Amino acid sequence: MLLSGKEYVCVMKLHGDVPEKRVTGVLKEFEDVIYQRPPLRSSVKRQLRTRRIYYLDFLEMEGRNALFKVGCESGTYIRKLCFDVGEVLGCGAHMQELRRTRAGPFVEAGAVKLHDAAYWFMQWQEKKDEGLIRKFVQPMEHALALVPKVWVRDSAVDAVCHGANLTAPGVLSLETGIGKGSMFAVLSLKGEAVALCRATISSEEMLKMDHGVVGKVERVLMPRSTYPKCWKSGEKTDDKQRHRL
Amino acid sequence: MPRSVAPWETERKLLIKDEDRTNPKYGCRPEERSAEQLLKYGAINVDKPAGPSSHEVAAWVKRILKIDAVGHGGTLEA
Repeated sequence: MLLSGKEYVCVMKLHGDVPEKRVTGVLKEFEDVIYQRPPLRSSVKRQLRTRRIYYLDFLEMEGRNALFKVGCESGTYIRKLCFDVGEVLGCGAHMQELRRTRAGPFVEAGAVKLHDAAYWFMQWQEKKDEGLIRKFVQPMEHALALVPKVWVRDSAVDAVCHGANLTAPGVLSLETGIGKGSMFAVLSLKGEAVALCRATISSEEMLKMDHGVVGKVERVLMPRSTYPKCWKSGEKTDDKQRHRL
Repeated sequence: MPRSVAPWETERKLLIKDEDRTNPKYGCRPEERSAEQLLKYGAINVDKPAGPSSHEVAAWVKRILKIDAVGHGGTLEA
């Protein structure tokens, strides 16, 4: 879910004196799809690849230091971006300092220091005030804030918890923007995360269909039997059960 | 050239197909989860200090909060 983009604030140090207007101009040029090859020190395959820079906002400049905010696709090397900006400017540049301000749905404003988390946890152990835990722990559903959602009826939940394909009759409502092959989150009517699925059809098609598979489970998030079993294993099992009764 | 829409800027509309009720007997709304349940099925956004690795921080969280399963979503490299 952290694949839903990142945001950083960066200090780029120029290796020469460049007028601010030129710097802002070049930075704007990079607000696009760019090419990058991962550096030597990386865990990924070092092949040339494209990465999208959603926005590159120049903040201020002082001497040879340029401060900017950048929103980009996950896997973008800001260090390389600074180097390339330096190349275009002609004088060269390097990344002096970097701070990540967003990782998918998680933003800087909502981040806690380990020290504070430990403090609140110990306070909770003493006072048993549930509000203290909520100060630094978010429900796991928060991690899915940027993932398109599909809400299902209670009777479909347990089947999905067992990895069954999500079918059209189980769907109650959904968000736009789901394309065939993209990921979506299955939620119960209470807003609980049930599973992550890969869509077999688009949002618009899901809305129209009255039977058939709409998504295949990739990762179950809710424990089985949280909701009652409303599904049957198959016709033969049905007959066996009927005989026993 | 207009700039791209970041994932957190994507606007989505709600499409309603059918209506149904949920049984209060099963499950629990995320906002109503108990502290213990939150600690079991939750996420902590940590402002990590520069020194230790994400793995070390995850291990600390596991120890300090006494949680069995802790993972991390990644961090900045030095």
